[in-house]
Amino acid sequence: MENSPKIAANPEKYTFILFVSGMSVKSGHAIENLRSICDTYLKGNFNLQIIDITTDRQSAVDYQIIAIPTLIKTGPGQPRTLLGDLSDTEKVLRILDIKS
Amino acid sequence: MFNYFHKKNQTGVRKIKPSKPQDEKFSFPKTPTGVEGLDEITDGGFPKGRPTLICGGAGCGKTLLSMQFLIKGITDFSEHGVFMSFEEPSKDLSLNVKSLGFDLDKLKAEKKLVVDYVRVERSEIEETGEYDLEGLFIRLNHAIDSVNAKRVVLDTIESLFAGLDNQAILRAELRRLFHWLKEKGVTAIITGERGEATLTRQGLEEYVSDCVIILDHRVIEQVSTRRLRIIKYRGSTHGTNEYPFLIDEDGISVLPITSLKLNNEVSSELVSTGVPGLDTMFVGGGFYRGSNILISGTAGTAKTTIACYFANEQCKKHEKTVFFAFEESPQQLIRNMKSIGIDLEKHIDKGLLQIHASRPSLNGLELHLLTLRKLIKDFKPTTVILDPISNLITVGNENEVRSMLVRLIDMLKANNITALFTSLNKQNDNLRPDLAEESVSSLVDTWITVRDMEGIGERNRGIFIVKSRGMGHSNQVREFVIGSKGIELLDVEFGPEGILTGAARKSNQLQRTVKAMKLQSDLDRKDREIDRKRKVLEANIAALKNEFESVVEELGILKATEDLHSKIMIENTPKTKKK
Repeated sequence: MENSPKIAANPEKYTFILFVSGMSVKSGHAIENLRSICDTYLKGNFNLQIIDITTDRQSAVDYQIIAIPTLIKTGPGQPRTLLGDLSDTEKVLRILDIKS
Repeated sequence: MFNYFHKKNQTGVRKIKPSKPQDEKFSFPKTPTGVEGLDEITDGGFPKGRPTLICGGAGCGKTLLSMQFLIKGITDFSEHGVFMSFEEPSKDLSLNVKSLGFDLDKLKAEKKLVVDYVRVERSEIEETGEYDLEGLFIRLNHAIDSVNAKRVVLDTIESLFAGLDNQAILRAELRRLFHWLKEKGVTAIITGERGEATLTRQGLEEYVSDCVIILDHRVIEQVSTRRLRIIKYRGSTHGTNEYPFLIDEDGISVLPITSLKLNNEVSSELVSTGVPGLDTMFVGGGFYRGSNILISGTAGTAKTTIACYFANEQCKKHEKTVFFAFEESPQQLIRNMKSIGIDLEKHIDKGLLQIHASRPSLNGLELHLLTLRKLIKDFKPTTVILDPISNLITVGNENEVRSMLVRLIDMLKANNITALFTSLNKQNDNLRPDLAEESVSSLVDTWITVRDMEGIGERNRGIFIVKSRGMGHSNQVREFVIGSKGIELLDVEFGPEGILTGAARKSNQLQRTVKAMKLQSDLDRKDREIDRKRKVLEANIAALKNEFESVVEELGILKATEDLHSKIMIENTPKTKKK
């Protein structure tokens, strides 16, 4: 609840691109974890695009994707790249600069 | 570790397989590398459809070798390729190899090559849990499929280790990558930085690769030599030595040490030495075409001059000649030779002669060898002159020089090129041959030595043939002089104690003239005496003749008287008888 003034102070929406590959277990975890983080801390103040690189291969090249799953935060502030299934919530929040 | 042993077993099984159907001449499927010389050492190329590791320190040519493999694959064997670079952006890469004549952009446009730059920047990446490298696989797969590639290069996977933290994941994933590449059936090259105790930093790639090649860049006595060695090659025989290789404007070329068999064709055609008089010292009247000639001698014994004479002679006969001068510039050589009446410039203008002058230390022995090799390919000379080979010793140690010369001689022989080397001897009293001489003396076919003959206050030059394979030769030490007309071999002057040179020759000649004059006058005197004796004899004969004639005459008179007498007798007596 403390993050609502933060959102107010920072009207820019969080934009994420999550790269997954098909229906792999880790990809599933990543989607789940990201959703729960967003639902808990961002409350609709975000845009999430999920790209499945097995179907959209060119994106993997364009975004320099090596590892799956990869989450790219394009804004606000510094773009960040996160590898892994986002299971370490604290770390994710810290890196994404989201105050819990 | 457990995984590794498991893997090892697998390969053990696979290793046996190819050797089974040996009776039907099984040949291991290979992919030609397109790198000059490397196919020879690997007996056909890299293992087809399998990963090969190329490892080595910084700047030893890993990227270049793999790039050449890809590009030659496209241009020479129409196998398309994928280059996945982890270190250099694709733009830089294109620029870097452009200087070697590889046009990546063109190949990319023709859809024959894909260059994918994989950027792994540690500072931009955070790890938050489990992941795999599926992204890399998919990108690679995408690249391979888009050009139907048969050859893949990954340069250098290690960057991943630098960029990512989770070593366990990386190792497992890389192992998977190697298997995946094999399944995909692409011939892959993986490059790796050399580690301290292991071939690669991670000590992983060398076990999962089917062929491991190590590149090395060593500096010995300020001269660097690049070397290549095949450490392993599953399922195939390969050369095990360290082979020097070179990087020049045409990319990489590997030089196998020697052709192991000596089965070059020989010619019995003769070529003139160009030095008047020297030809006659050989029974055949010159050198065999395609043979090697060594001219050794101390400083200032006209080795270069003899070499130039030979070059001149060959050019006159429209034989293409290459002259490697390690001591003089072409201009200096031309000027010096003009002073004794040899015009080399004329031949250069006609395109028959090429003079390559460089300091031996300009580059390593191998590069010298390569220059020569290139020239042989492009210029196709029939005669090669190296002046002097002894200078090369400043570049390498004894073994290197010897091995280089063996290869050089092999190469020349294989091309049926007549080669003349000069070698400078140290001025020493004993006649022990020194290094350069020693290294090649057993390899060369003809060995001519020029030397100083110091006598009473003067120095003379002598030339003699030490050996001449397959041809009789003179055993004499011939004196020669160099005047404005060039080299002149003087006739042999025998003295009471052997062959004479210089002043001794002159005094001997004088003595001989005096002797001859004396002999002549003696002869004349004898002739006159005989003449006189003849005259006496003739007078005696005449006297005897006269005497004889008078006796004959007397006898005639007696006979006539007798005849007359009997006639008268007959005239007086027969009448009674008739009755």
